[in-house]
Amino acid sequence: MFRLEKRPVPSRFWQGATPVVAVLLTMFAGGLMFAVLGKNPVEVIRTIFWDPLFGEFAWYLRGQLLVKAGPLILIAVGLSLGFRAGIWNIGAEGQYIMGAIFGAGVGLAVFPTENRLIFPLMIVAGAFGGWLWAMIPAILKTRFNTNEILVSLMLVYVANAILAMAALGFLRNPEGAGFPGSRNFSGYPAAQNVELIAGTGMHWGVVAAFITVIAAYVLLQKHLLGFQIKLAGQAPRAARFHGVNPTRLVVLCMGISGALAGLAGMFEVTGPAGQITIDFASGYGFTAIIVAFLGRLNPIGILLAGILMALTYIGGEMAATNLGLPSAAIQAFQGMLLFFLLAVDVLANYRVRLFTAMGVK
Amino acid sequence: MLGGINPAVLIASLMVASVPIMLAALGELVVEKAGVLNLGVEGMMIMGAICGFITAVATGSPVMGFVGGAAGGAALSLIFAFLTQVLLANQVATGLALTLFGLGLSSLMGQGYNGIKPPLTGDVPFGPLADIPGLGRILFSHDWVVYFSIAIVAATWWVLNRSRAGLIIRAVGENHEAAHALGYKVQRIRLACITFGGAMAGMGGAYISLVRVPQWTDGITAGAGWIALAIVVFASWKPWRVLIGAYLFGGITVLQLNLQAAGSGIPVEYLSMSPYLITIVVLVIMSSGKGRASLNAPAALGQNFHASR
Amino acid sequence: MKSDKVLLSVEGVTKAYPGVVANSDVSFSVREGEVHALLGENGAGKSTLVKMIYGLVKPDSGRMTWRSAVYAPGEPRAARASGVGMVFQHFSLFEALNVAENVALGMENPPEMRALAAKITAVSQAYGLPLDPGRMVGDLSAGERQRVEIIRCLLQEPKLLIMDEPTSVLTPQEVEILFRTLRQLSAEGTAILYISHKLEEIRALCDEATILRRGRVVATCTPRERTAREMAELMVGATLTPPLRGEKRVWGDGAAALEVTGLSVASPIAFGTSLKAVSFSVGRGEVLGIAGVAGNGQDELLLALSGEVKSGAGMVRAAGVSVGAMGPTERRRIGFCCAPEDRLGHAAAPDMSLVENAFLTGSVRKGLVRKGFIDWAAAKVFADSVIAAYDVRTPGSHVAARALSGGNLQKFVIGRELDQAPEVIVINQPTWGVDAAAAAAIRQAILNRATEGAAVVVISQDLDELLEISDRFAVLNEGRLTVPRPVQGLTVDEIGLMMGGAHGMEVAHVPA
Repeated sequence: MFRLEKRPVPSRFWQGATPVVAVLLTMFAGGLMFAVLGKNPVEVIRTIFWDPLFGEFAWYLRGQLLVKAGPLILIAVGLSLGFRAGIWNIGAEGQYIMGAIFGAGVGLAVFPTENRLIFPLMIVAGAFGGWLWAMIPAILKTRFNTNEILVSLMLVYVANAILAMAALGFLRNPEGAGFPGSRNFSGYPAAQNVELIAGTGMHWGVVAAFITVIAAYVLLQKHLLGFQIKLAGQAPRAARFHGVNPTRLVVLCMGISGALAGLAGMFEVTGPAGQITIDFASGYGFTAIIVAFLGRLNPIGILLAGILMALTYIGGEMAATNLGLPSAAIQAFQGMLLFFLLAVDVLANYRVRLFTAMGVK
Repeated sequence: MLGGINPAVLIASLMVASVPIMLAALGELVVEKAGVLNLGVEGMMIMGAICGFITAVATGSPVMGFVGGAAGGAALSLIFAFLTQVLLANQVATGLALTLFGLGLSSLMGQGYNGIKPPLTGDVPFGPLADIPGLGRILFSHDWVVYFSIAIVAATWWVLNRSRAGLIIRAVGENHEAAHALGYKVQRIRLACITFGGAMAGMGGAYISLVRVPQWTDGITAGAGWIALAIVVFASWKPWRVLIGAYLFGGITVLQLNLQAAGSGIPVEYLSMSPYLITIVVLVIMSSGKGRASLNAPAALGQNFHASR
Repeated sequence: MKSDKVLLSVEGVTKAYPGVVANSDVSFSVREGEVHALLGENGAGKSTLVKMIYGLVKPDSGRMTWRSAVYAPGEPRAARASGVGMVFQHFSLFEALNVAENVALGMENPPEMRALAAKITAVSQAYGLPLDPGRMVGDLSAGERQRVEIIRCLLQEPKLLIMDEPTSVLTPQEVEILFRTLRQLSAEGTAILYISHKLEEIRALCDEATILRRGRVVATCTPRERTAREMAELMVGATLTPPLRGEKRVWGDGAAALEVTGLSVASPIAFGTSLKAVSFSVGRGEVLGIAGVAGNGQDELLLALSGEVKSGAGMVRAAGVSVGAMGPTERRRIGFCCAPEDRLGHAAAPDMSLVENAFLTGSVRKGLVRKGFIDWAAAKVFADSVIAAYDVRTPGSHVAARALSGGNLQKFVIGRELDQAPEVIVINQPTWGVDAAAAAAIRQAILNRATEGAAVVVISQDLDELLEISDRFAVLNEGRLTVPRPVQGLTVDEIGLMMGGAHGMEVAHVPA
């Protein structure tokens, strides 16, 4: 048997080591899962984690890494601020969708005007759309004490319905022969989120993600608001005693995470996705939750976690095409990663003591 | 607009539609009464849906299917129990992980089960009673799970409010320090409650794939688990109110489906988002009642317990 | 009545936790019907010892016997089965459950609820502790809650009743009622293990006393044959000096620095007590002591004064400014500082370092924020200066708050506020759960600040403390404050009456 003993101070070593241990454990357990599915586990793990970086098609796939990591990082950094403050925005997926609809809507409304201000305007609109969608749970929480987890999540389903309406109705391509889906932004340079350096996958959304990581890092380390966010999450009563206004904090954290998710959606729809379609929502908003935790709610950690998670996406697709691995396997794999992370996290805060019938060892 | 929809048929079908969320919400109610917030209901439901489906197809017995569904949900909930009760992981994060993992694993397990018909769950034969006009349709024309779900509401109420086991569960959810000081095994009691919650969610999920739809598709639960969580709040942690809440939401679902089928003028998207919007409205109404409902919430809800000394 | 048969004997028991030896080679025995005191300071190891007797903690070595047979309860259930009952100081009632349910949870085989309710009524009458079995525990006063615990034990007909600091939540009159009950029990043959650090009580009640210091037994004595001072020195291991008061002087025009007029706020706490028209004023250099049994609105008063709960215009005025609508930050800016009771979680964030905790309240008055950015270097200087000035024992300011002992963290929390040179300072329970040396240091620091001209309000449940340091004295009772009276010349009986006597609970005593 074992017993847990709270450490006086969280272990710095384990705080850094737990994500690595979690990834290794997940590779092992995931390998078992793949073996059960009748695949060669070593080959699958190599296809997921090695080939995209160093394999035959790495020249193309490395660029895809940033494309996938960008939105994950952007959303996860926003979520992590709220999670640290004990504010659980689970509906980033919905805010991501609304950001895409708002951003694309503004661009498509002025089609085919060519003006340098259009794209910046769309960025603002995208952020606004996500912010607006996050304000619903935020205001309901502060005004009526309604649970933000449930409300933000319900709004994902509502956003999905609105997405369907947009793809089939108000944003449908008038020249699309009646097919669902909006105009494609690849044919509209003024509103397109272009690849900035060919072959790298670097687009404006990735730039925004990097800026956000740095800004969040400074906020948490040096700024009063960052301190208040951490304090509110760790000791809510001490936060009120310090002078934190809980209402303001909820509105701020929800607003920031919503706006960032909206930005991610806007950059996605105008760049990699190209258009509003019924299946535009790809689960980034949910995967970002894993990314946020895997990065220990720390901006730099999230940067690394986002890239790792992007790797599993790309590697998972490779494994699906090359090895016939079901695409759902990668989702289960990501969930497993979060489990292992939460499980080994105990090592950072507690000391594990083994004991036998004879006494403490 | 309701023209053409027979009220008796409507009530009968809302009773069927509400079974999955009622079972899942009831399970979660017991879990929360013990002071644990398991946000993984959606994941446990969908695991129940696929495990139940596979078991039913393999054995040819729908009853075994429900047993398999309960086992699937319970198995997943044990991961949650281990992480939160033994390793003291954050309950919110673990619950979310459970949902994400459950969605992925279920669709993995469901490969090759798309398009298959499960064995049919028949109505309980009440003979001539089922032919009573109106009443017969509402009361005597359902499968056994509908009656089971109502019975389990009553049983849960009795256990929580009348039995010693229920008193201990409530005590643990109210103040785990005190319960520990009196010698109750907080972790073990919570573990048992979490497993019960998982089994109930699993059964609810199995009902979706075996009776409601009935077939397997990815993401078949479509947020029912989250609505179940909302119903627990709506019910202010009272079993009979879970029944009312589930019927209410079942009613909305059936009504919007009927309206879609009847080709009303309302766009399909508005109808399909209505259950979620109404859930939000109900949550707001319940939570704005100046803490009346929140006073009934277990005081230790969502807090982990670690006996330090 | 005290007999010669030994009921419980503890022989050479040792229990260690990482970093602390809670009990080291402790031996003592309790005879049947004896009232035995376990005397010691906070942290002397009394709680760990009784937890071992109650089966909550297992000793590392040593043994216990019960009526000469080996006694090693693996869990409280086993202890209860042997005949041990325990009345806890904290943490053992369920506020949202009613009295009968609470009692049932502490019994092995409780009768059916209706029968249990009847039994509760009967036993509570027999021992002069009236109680309504149907009431919600959250609605009861602290004294009534203790009755629930006592009756829960009595229904098991225990041979040994353990009472952990039972009088800390009682008015003087309620203490009298409790003592009568305990004497009655003793006369009926029930042994009582009475844990306390209050010497006069022990002299009045107990037949024998075992004195613990730092986990060891330092003496065993008959309390009636010793003076309180002798026992105090055994307990503390040093001679205690009362705090020194600075010279009184009149500051400025003598106007009140803190004026509270008709302060009424609803309690933000579940089962809390709302404040009802609380009025008082404190001048510069003056210490106002506010007494009262726990749960009579102390927490709410602190929240309303700290700014965590807002109040109506004009209800609270500090330094001539109406502060009712201000939050904690603005109040600190004008020199109005507070120190809440709960160190871990309210006054300090447990997992944050002392630097961060120093910043927690020092940010405004110490100028630690510039354009929204935090000057961590300056915050560290502030934290280190508090640590040095108030003798906080810690490896450094980088340590998390929860790693400090209660006394050291309390010195840090109080020192943090006093070091900001506040004009008005309100402190709730300055020395709760703190050892005597630290308590003396804290009281001295508070008096020093008053001498320097601050208006001080001390809220405490420790009457001796308040009488020692206050100039004037008032009592909070069910959210209402009595008119403050000068401490000089107050008698204990008068204080008891101010505290609301025995809360209107009649005494139905069977003559013993």
